[in-house]
Amino acid sequence: MARNRPTRRLARTLRALASWIVALVVFFPILWMLLTSFKTELDAFSMPPHFVFSPTLENYREILARANYLHYAWNSIVTAGGATILGMVVAVPAAYAFAYHPTKRTKDVLLWMLSTKMLPGVGVLVPIYLICRDLNMLDSRLALVIIFALINLPIMVWMIYTYFRDIPYDILEAARMDGAGTWQTMFRVLIPVSRGGLASTALLCLILSWNEAFWSLNLTTSSAAPLTALVASFSSPEGLFWAKLSAVSTLACAPILVLGWLSQRQLVRGLTFGAVK
Amino acid sequence: MSDRWKRHGALARLALCAALTGASASAFADTTLTIGTVNNADMVRMQALSPEYERTHPGVHLNWVVLEENTLRQRLTTDIATHGGQFDVVTIGAYEAPLWGAQKWLKPLDNLPADYDVEDLFKNVREQLTVDDHLYAVPFYAEASITYYRTDLFARANLTMPQQPTWDQIRGFAQKLHDPAHGVYGICLRGKAGWGENMALLGTIVNSWGGRWFDEQWHPQIDTPEWHQAVNFYVDLLKHYGPPGPSDNGFNENLALFAGGRCAMWVDASVGGGTVSNPKESQVAGKVGFVRSPHQVTDKGSSWLWVWSLAIPASSKQADAARDFILWATSKPYLQLVAKKYGEESTPPGTRESTYANAAYIEAAPFAKVTYDSLKAVDPAHPTLKPVPYKGIQIVSIPEFQAVATLVGRQIAGALAGRGNVDELLHTAQGAVDRTMKRAGYYEHKPVIQQEPSK
Repeated sequence: MARNRPTRRLARTLRALASWIVALVVFFPILWMLLTSFKTELDAFSMPPHFVFSPTLENYREILARANYLHYAWNSIVTAGGATILGMVVAVPAAYAFAYHPTKRTKDVLLWMLSTKMLPGVGVLVPIYLICRDLNMLDSRLALVIIFALINLPIMVWMIYTYFRDIPYDILEAARMDGAGTWQTMFRVLIPVSRGGLASTALLCLILSWNEAFWSLNLTTSSAAPLTALVASFSSPEGLFWAKLSAVSTLACAPILVLGWLSQRQLVRGLTFGAVK
Repeated sequence: MSDRWKRHGALARLALCAALTGASASAFADTTLTIGTVNNADMVRMQALSPEYERTHPGVHLNWVVLEENTLRQRLTTDIATHGGQFDVVTIGAYEAPLWGAQKWLKPLDNLPADYDVEDLFKNVREQLTVDDHLYAVPFYAEASITYYRTDLFARANLTMPQQPTWDQIRGFAQKLHDPAHGVYGICLRGKAGWGENMALLGTIVNSWGGRWFDEQWHPQIDTPEWHQAVNFYVDLLKHYGPPGPSDNGFNENLALFAGGRCAMWVDASVGGGTVSNPKESQVAGKVGFVRSPHQVTDKGSSWLWVWSLAIPASSKQADAARDFILWATSKPYLQLVAKKYGEESTPPGTRESTYANAAYIEAAPFAKVTYDSLKAVDPAHPTLKPVPYKGIQIVSIPEFQAVATLVGRQIAGALAGRGNVDELLHTAQGAVDRTMKRAGYYEHKPVIQQEPSK
């Protein structure tokens, strides 16, 4: 036993070291973006890269002078938040039906739903553009809310379906025997029990919607343009733009990073929910 | 006529003038114009100066949609093709203007007012935006390709750069100045694959060797001695005297390398002149010389012509207001406004003769004269030694060109990165382009996108 203790300590240290290395590798692009945002354009392009430099807030000043950041941020909040709410409203009952009232086609339907994710967005760009044009929904937040919700729906249904499958049906039956109806069973028993999983699904949908760029760039011009459109506007075909682009990306990521940081416990709990039986 | 009647007459004239002025000022009252553009320095200045336009045109509000170039192109194409009507003014290049004009996707800009002085616009620039005698876009700024070189390095090595160098001379200079141990590479050139990236430069190099994209019957001419010599020269030059990983470098990367003092020479768009001469953005400001783009067996088509221009989509519901705005943004008073607010050197280049007649501009912008000379020498109708069925130096005004040039660009970038032999890759590219042209029906009937400029 005594001889094993140093070996165990070494293993623990190595594990910790490996974890730190992986965390740093994953975090490095964000760190580099943050550092670059405080550089001048000349420093941002310098080769070899400068780790030590005189920081400047000029990039942030220019971005805030050129664009109405709060307008874009508000559009991101509304579209990502709206899509998450709409997605959850549809996904929870759908997953409930799939999990507790399966038919012989349930698996096929689930697979079909997932297969729609394999279709490249650009393949349906023109039809969706025409629909939005005819419904007078080009450059509207409602169009983005609906599209983001639809894009994320397959993943949301699958995730929630997986969580529901891990909750024993006996609990629901017990509630039924106590006189609960379908809605009461869902809202009073199922949703509270699977809170962690639902929260992580909602957060994932929020993050995916927040970062979505293809539809945001193609369906909006100014009124409904979210932060991804603001980021895209700082890329230049002719000129130095890395520092400004890093600054605007930092501004675009900041709210969702803070939200992710605050809810990380819930997120991890949700993602590992049912992982160990 | 009594004094009283005279007074009444004067008052009536004044009232009429006031009414007309009011009508003019409020002609576009409560109008919102949506302008799609890219994030280039000149466009950013236009956006910053737009409150000036709004101030003099009460009731007009300008909405700016700034996008990355390729995203903007895709966005505009979708919107215009589906008549979405989301844009009132669009920023397009010399490639799209004739194509979209021919498709009637853009409103023709005929009967321009006399004070706009359309004759002051460079003739070849204007022609690049003209289809069947109709102007479909007005030039916002234009650029040629020029040679940038480090005067300090040339002086130290006792070298003299000619005003119109040949590619062989450029290679000789690159050989002498290549010093990677001290972080200086002989030459920086575009290597990143893309019709607007490496193929823009390669188009001019191939022209200089007497090559052409297509013969008069639209058969591709890629697998020809001229192309093989030109591309082999380019790949060899960059491999020996270029920076590491040249196939990753486009305009911006090379601009950063040159501005950071890492290149002895650079052949690229004249629009980089402002950045490399600005001490805030360049470590080599004051040590840069500018001469014409290199040529070889011919100087025809050795320098490209690219025009960023403003146009009105046919689907715009506010075409009159849009026309008023684009004429303002490309007018002489606008150019003077930019010079006043940002300095003479920031005047949008390459569009008006009057800009280059301004001694203050020529003095403030060291790259102005060579840009002017290069632009004046460009003849898009005769881009190389042999006749061609298209108009354009580094571009061919057919819808297939983007795909075709990007395909060839990928093959050449592959050769630059050491993935294959230039001769074999060009042979493969020839076959692929031939199939594209055949499928598109070019061998049966010759499409004419741009006719010869009217005499």
